[in-house]
Amino acid sequence: MLEHYLSLATKAIFVENMALAFFLGMCSFLACSKKVETAIGLGAAVTFVLVVTTPLNALLYHKLLKEGALGETINIEFLTFLTLIGTIAAMVQIVEMTLDRYFPVLYNTLGIFLPLIAVNCAILGASLFVAERDYTVAEGAVFGIGSGIGWTLAIVALAAVREKLRYSNVPKPLRGLGATFIVVGLMSIGFMAFSGIQL
Amino acid sequence: MTNLQRDALIDPLFNNNPIALQVLGICSALAVTTKMSTAFVMTLAVIFVILASNTAVSLIRNYIPSSIRIIVQLTIIASLVIITDQVLKAFVYDISKQLSVFVGLIITNCIVMGRAEAYAMQNPPGLSAIDGIGNGFGYGIILMAVAFFRELFGSGKLFGLTVLTPVNEGGWYVTNGLMVLAPAAFFLIGCFIWAIRGWKPEQNEEDFSVGTLFEPGHEGNLR
Repeated sequence: MLEHYLSLATKAIFVENMALAFFLGMCSFLACSKKVETAIGLGAAVTFVLVVTTPLNALLYHKLLKEGALGETINIEFLTFLTLIGTIAAMVQIVEMTLDRYFPVLYNTLGIFLPLIAVNCAILGASLFVAERDYTVAEGAVFGIGSGIGWTLAIVALAAVREKLRYSNVPKPLRGLGATFIVVGLMSIGFMAFSGIQL
Repeated sequence: MTNLQRDALIDPLFNNNPIALQVLGICSALAVTTKMSTAFVMTLAVIFVILASNTAVSLIRNYIPSSIRIIVQLTIIASLVIITDQVLKAFVYDISKQLSVFVGLIITNCIVMGRAEAYAMQNPPGLSAIDGIGNGFGYGIILMAVAFFRELFGSGKLFGLTVLTPVNEGGWYVTNGLMVLAPAAFFLIGCFIWAIRGWKPEQNEEDFSVGTLFEPGHEGNLR
């Protein structure tokens, strides 16, 4: 049983990396990766929210939204998107208020990133994958943690590369965004080395 | 058509492209571009959602309290995406399966949210609708261009019709396997940004770097 979860986590971190294999959470991935410290802060915030929302959404999906969950004749699966995004927006708000009240240090570090996270595709993407692949609540939790760690790994690595990239003479029109895309593409090739790994 | 309307429609195509300049809506742009047909359906879906959401948000912009505006916008967009998803499932089921979670992810597509927040909240419905169409097309242009290269070189096809006959079907073209994989999408968009910025130099990012020191005309940076 443990092996199954371990394999799921490895898959989520390396093989099916949210950012580099599925292109999720790209907007903040590109916008907030200029410095390593910011990248670590955002990565931590994303992981935190993923850990909370993914199992919760898995629970909601299995107990409420899935076809036949409320009874033989009821199918409210079409409400999936609205419910998932509602949960995420609400959870982000709650997480923000809880952190503000009980962990002010952490809140000040993550503060500016938390509202952004509600519209981060990686969060909604993880919940949608749970619904599509029919993960249980426990599998959802492991998948959430794995995806978060994988995303953090990718953004920190990119930020480190971009810090070094500032000292190189890149052609003018390619400077900034263009070069970042090429770097992400090369990183994506690197992460493809993990594909096919089964634990 | 007044100047204002024309600007709202034309500007997002190249001058202020949502993907290449504003860095919005990249997630789906990369993932659905292995085939022209999926990219085309995705473009239509996004144009519909952004047009309708811009109009709807603009119509009620004076009644939305600013503290809860994000959640109001999200609800409007999510409802529109549900409609789109249902229509796609009903009429083009195969493509809808291939797009998988990316139809749902239109909800968090930053272009839709960004235009609702930045444009529709301040402008009347007519202009907002035009702005929505313009940005939808700006997104679509990049999407279709990336998909064109990836499908043509990756599998020798366009819209599923064989253009370059691949070797394993008895033709001459050796397919480029990299093109259908994830990294190719990053490289292609990077190159498009390079091309657009080479053509319109005012979009260049003036990031200070040591590299600029060694170029003529930038001696001032040495201070």
